[in-house]
Amino acid sequence: MTTTVAKAGDAPDYDYTVVRQFTIMAVVWGIVGMAVGDLIAAQLAWPHLNDLWQPFTHFGRLRPLHTNGVIFAFGGSVLFATSYYVVQRTCQTRLWGGWLIPFTFWGWQVVIIAAAITLPMGYTSTKEYAELEWPIDILIALIWIAYALVFFGTIAKRRTSHIYVANWFFGAYIITIAALHIVNNLEIPVAPFKSYSIYSGTKDAMIQWWYGHNAVGFFLTAAFLGIMYYFVPKQAGRPIYSYQLSIVHFWALISIYVWAGGHHLHYSALPDWTQSLAMVMSIILLAPSWGGMINGIMTLSGAWHKLRTDPTLRFLVVSLSFYGMSTFEGPMMSIKTVNALSHNTDWTVGHVHSGALGWVAMISIGAIYHLVPVLFHRRQMYSVQLINAHFWLATVGTVLYIAAMWVNGITQGLMWRAFNADGTLTYSFVESVIASHPGYVVRWLGGALFLLGMFIMAYNVFRTVTEEEDVARNDNTAPVPHAV
Amino acid sequence: MDINTLRVIGVVLGALAFLGICWWAFSPKRKKRFEEDAKLPFADEELSERSARKAGEKKESGTPAKQNTRQDDK
Repeated sequence: MTTTVAKAGDAPDYDYTVVRQFTIMAVVWGIVGMAVGDLIAAQLAWPHLNDLWQPFTHFGRLRPLHTNGVIFAFGGSVLFATSYYVVQRTCQTRLWGGWLIPFTFWGWQVVIIAAAITLPMGYTSTKEYAELEWPIDILIALIWIAYALVFFGTIAKRRTSHIYVANWFFGAYIITIAALHIVNNLEIPVAPFKSYSIYSGTKDAMIQWWYGHNAVGFFLTAAFLGIMYYFVPKQAGRPIYSYQLSIVHFWALISIYVWAGGHHLHYSALPDWTQSLAMVMSIILLAPSWGGMINGIMTLSGAWHKLRTDPTLRFLVVSLSFYGMSTFEGPMMSIKTVNALSHNTDWTVGHVHSGALGWVAMISIGAIYHLVPVLFHRRQMYSVQLINAHFWLATVGTVLYIAAMWVNGITQGLMWRAFNADGTLTYSFVESVIASHPGYVVRWLGGALFLLGMFIMAYNVFRTVTEEEDVARNDNTAPVPHAV
Repeated sequence: MDINTLRVIGVVLGALAFLGICWWAFSPKRKKRFEEDAKLPFADEELSERSARKAGEKKESGTPAKQNTRQDDK
């Protein structure tokens, strides 16, 4: 069996319009989501900032706006763009779906705007990462079904015999997110923007974290691994290190991730055996996670020198290093004895952001820097130096963020469980808050650096898209000499 | 049936599935085929360039998929 496409027949004409739209919006929503994130980080350091425009700017209302903005608006746009791009190019066929394709784009923008209006107004179903109320949930479900039709319809009419591994990851993500979203948001509407979940008590918590952890596992991991399996080989100019490993990686990752959600509920009313099961599965998850990371990084073996000159590739590879770091940290934190220290502290926040900034955002940024010149028919980005500047801002910002949260988290965990000889608590809660203040300032600073990098990217993308002719670099708008 | 029997069956089936996938992926018979598959991202490079140029010429075009664009190549 061979994968090379039949040479005869019409050449496919790829649909790059929707990919361009999502790519540009990914930059826009990335800035919005991260700006809100940095604002709420500042609110924790300087609480008066809650009062900018009460009650809409209260931390409790902006926090879900931040999480939804970065995960679903920024991450979602990146995933729509990259999956539509990768599925066309590795199936060597144009997107299938007709009006469904623009529907996914405009529908998704409507969802984002609706979230940006309803969340600050206080409409929330109170489920973490699923706060949006039922009318928006229904729209998301419809868009997602359209997305699945477009994606799998394109795979069905592919001109290659093999389905490239990146599409397997994208496909698993689309199917699983549909199931997670629909099951977790089953709710009884009582008013246009008020509903009650059909689950209650511990069951509700279990369903919620089955959803919540797999939003991490499939939205923020499997799908971005799909990006990794296409963009790392492309940017490095060599095929993936081991295609066989990628197959084992895929099946192991998707069959283990779904069991790990219970670790969010350690030491809660969740039955003890369920907590232990989640802990064991989380630890096993280290193996496929690192298998995938090694596969991505080893793709560069023999081409390490490219890292010196190509900051886009550096984004992709450093994102894999952060991925390896946070997928080691995660299983460790899911061990109940470690969790007894880390639970409810800033360590968790740091862990999430080592994944979110270091892995998800950095691989997305790398993919965007790869995509924009291809989509807009340029030889390269407007400025490679600016990509390099963005890389260092993003890396330093992420390291500041997670280091501050480690220090805070461990400080909080140790202070909360310190006892005096007579059994009373050594510290009051507010003392641990005061001890956390320097960390909050450093975290805000790290986030600000990361956000500054995003503004640099927006400028760079804008100049790349709009430049007519670049005299300094011998006409960047000329046809690409060797195709990418 | 004892719950532990079910658990044992579950573990054995899980292990067999894993070993089966490893065997399927790493069997030398399929090595060449997977080496070919790994090159898939590089197989369509001139097609992509053409699409990008066309999308640029007719801004936001809804060009029919079937059109043979070979003549446009300079």
